[in-house]
Amino acid sequence: MSDHIVTAYDLEISAIKTLLAQMGGMAEEQLNNAITALAKRDLVLADLVIARDEKLDVMEREIEEKATLTIAKRQPMALDLREIMVAIRVAADIERIGDLAKNTAKRTHAISEALPRKLATGLSRMGSMAQAQLKNVLDAYGLKDAEKALSVWRSDEELDALYNSIFRELLTYMMEDPRNIGMCTHLLFGAKNLERIGDHTTNIAENIYYLINGKTIAEDRPKKDITSMMTGMEK
Amino acid sequence: MDQKLANSMPRILAHDVNIYYGEKHAIKNLSVEIPDRAVSAFIGPSGCGKSTFLRSINRMNDTIASCRMTGEVLLDGKSIYAPDVDVVQLRSHVGMVFQKPNPFPKSIFENVAYGPRIHGLAKNKTDLEEMVVNSLKKASLFEEVKDRLNASGTGLSGGQQQRLCIARAIAVNPEVILMDEPCSALDPIATARIEELIDELKQNYCIIIVTHSMQQAARVSQRTAFFHLGTLVEYGETNDIFTSPKDKRTQDYITGRFG
Ligand SMILES: Nc1ncnc2c1ncn2[C@@H]1O[C@H](COP(=O)(O)OP(=O)(O)OP(=O)(O)O)[C@@H](O)[C@H]1O
Ligand SMILES: [Mg+2]
Repeated sequence: MSDHIVTAYDLEISAIKTLLAQMGGMAEEQLNNAITALAKRDLVLADLVIARDEKLDVMEREIEEKATLTIAKRQPMALDLREIMVAIRVAADIERIGDLAKNTAKRTHAISEALPRKLATGLSRMGSMAQAQLKNVLDAYGLKDAEKALSVWRSDEELDALYNSIFRELLTYMMEDPRNIGMCTHLLFGAKNLERIGDHTTNIAENIYYLINGKTIAEDRPKKDITSMMTGMEK
Repeated sequence: MDQKLANSMPRILAHDVNIYYGEKHAIKNLSVEIPDRAVSAFIGPSGCGKSTFLRSINRMNDTIASCRMTGEVLLDGKSIYAPDVDVVQLRSHVGMVFQKPNPFPKSIFENVAYGPRIHGLAKNKTDLEEMVVNSLKKASLFEEVKDRLNASGTGLSGGQQQRLCIARAIAVNPEVILMDEPCSALDPIATARIEELIDELKQNYCIIIVTHSMQQAARVSQRTAFFHLGTLVEYGETNDIFTSPKDKRTQDYITGRFG
C-alpha cells in the first residue's frame, strides 16, 4: 500500500505496528519461558515470567492510546480503519496470552516432583503446539498472510484434541491415587491455560483474515474443548 | 438493505452518459441506477466530474454554452432530455441546493413562496402560507424564523440560509433533491442540523449529495459513488465502500493516499 499524503499519519500507523510486533515477540518469549519453567520446575525462570508480565500490560495500554488518538485525529477509513481496529484487538489477545503464560509459570511453584513421563510428554507437546500457533499467527500478521492465518485457525483443533486427551489422562491419575490430585489440578490448569492461548491465537487469526479481506472467515469453527461433556465420567 | 434498494425501481437511471466542455471530456461512459428514498453520496477528487454529472440530472448544464452531452438520463423511466420536456417543470421535480447558500434578496416568506407561485401550486393565499410554513418546518427552520417571516432571507446565518434554500427546494414538491457540497460553508453544529434534516428527508425523497467530507458521506448516505477522472469507479453500499472498497483507487482516495 502506498503512503498517505500526510506523512505523520503513516508514522502513527507504523508506530502502532512496531509496538505490536514488539509485544508479540515478548509474548512468545514469555510463553516459551513459562513452558520451560513448568517442565523443568525452574522457579527462577518462572518468577522472571511473572515479573515481566506487567510490561505486556503497559504495551497494550500504549497501543490502545495511540490507536485512539489516531482515530480521533485522522478518522481512518477502509484498510486503515481495519488496521487500527485489528491492532487494538490483537493487542488485547496478546495481553491475555501474556496473562495465561504468567499463570502457567505460577503453577511451577505448586509442582514439587517430577511429572509422570506420559503426562510430561503430553504437556510438552501441547506447549510446543501452542508456541508454534502463536509464532505462526504473529508471522501471518507481520506478513499480512491470510492463508497462513487461516491455517493457524484450522490447526487449533489439534490443540483442543491434545487438551482433551491430557484432561482424560489427568483424571485417570487422580482416580488412581488421591495424593496426585493436588499436582494434577495444577497441571490441569496449566494445560487449560495453553488451550486458552490457542483460542486467543485463533482470535488473532480471525482478525488477520478480516484485516486483509475486509470480511470474516466463512467456515464454521472446528469444535473445541469437549471436557465439559467428559466430566460426567467421574460419576 | 442491499436487497431493499435493489428491489425497488430506480428513481434515476443514467445510461452511457458522456459530457464534454468543448474538447474537455468531463464524464465518460457513465451508467448508474440511483434508488428512491435513500441518500446517495458522490465523492471524488476535485475536478473529477461530480458536479458536472449532478447538474445533468436537472439539466443545469444546458445553461453552459460549451457543454455537450450524449447518453440518457431517465427520471422514473422517462427521459429528461426528450424534446417535449419542459425544463422549468423538470427542475421543480429535481430540486437543487448549492454549495453557497443563495437566498433571493427577498423576505424569508417570499424565498419559499416563489416556487409554488411560479408553478401555480397554491390555490389561494392561505394555501400558499400553509405550503411555506410546511416547507420551513420540513427544513427544520420554522421555529427559528416564525416571528420574522417578513425579514430578509439574506439576513440569516449561513446555516439558516442553507436550510432556507432547502425549504425553497422542497416547497415545489420535488421527487429528487440534488445537493452540491451543501455544508462546506457551515460550522459543525449547522452541518449536524443539515445532516439530521437529510436523514429525515430521505424518507420521502431521492437525495444525492456531493461532499468532500468522507465522514459526512459515511454518515448520511446509504449509497456512495466514487468518481475519478470523469469515470464512475465504484457505486455501492456506503458501509462497504468505507470499510472494504473493491477498487484500489477508491481505497487510495478514501484513506487519504491520493487526491
Ligand atoms: N463550465 C465549464 N467549462 C469548462 N470546463 C468545465 C466547466 N465546469 C467544469 N469543467 C471541467 O470539467 C471537469 C469536471 O468538473 P466538475 O466541476 O464537475 O468537478 P467536481 O468533481 O465537481 O470538482 P470539485 O470537487 O472541485 O467541485 C473539470 O476538469 C473542470 O475543469
Ligand atoms: Mg463540484
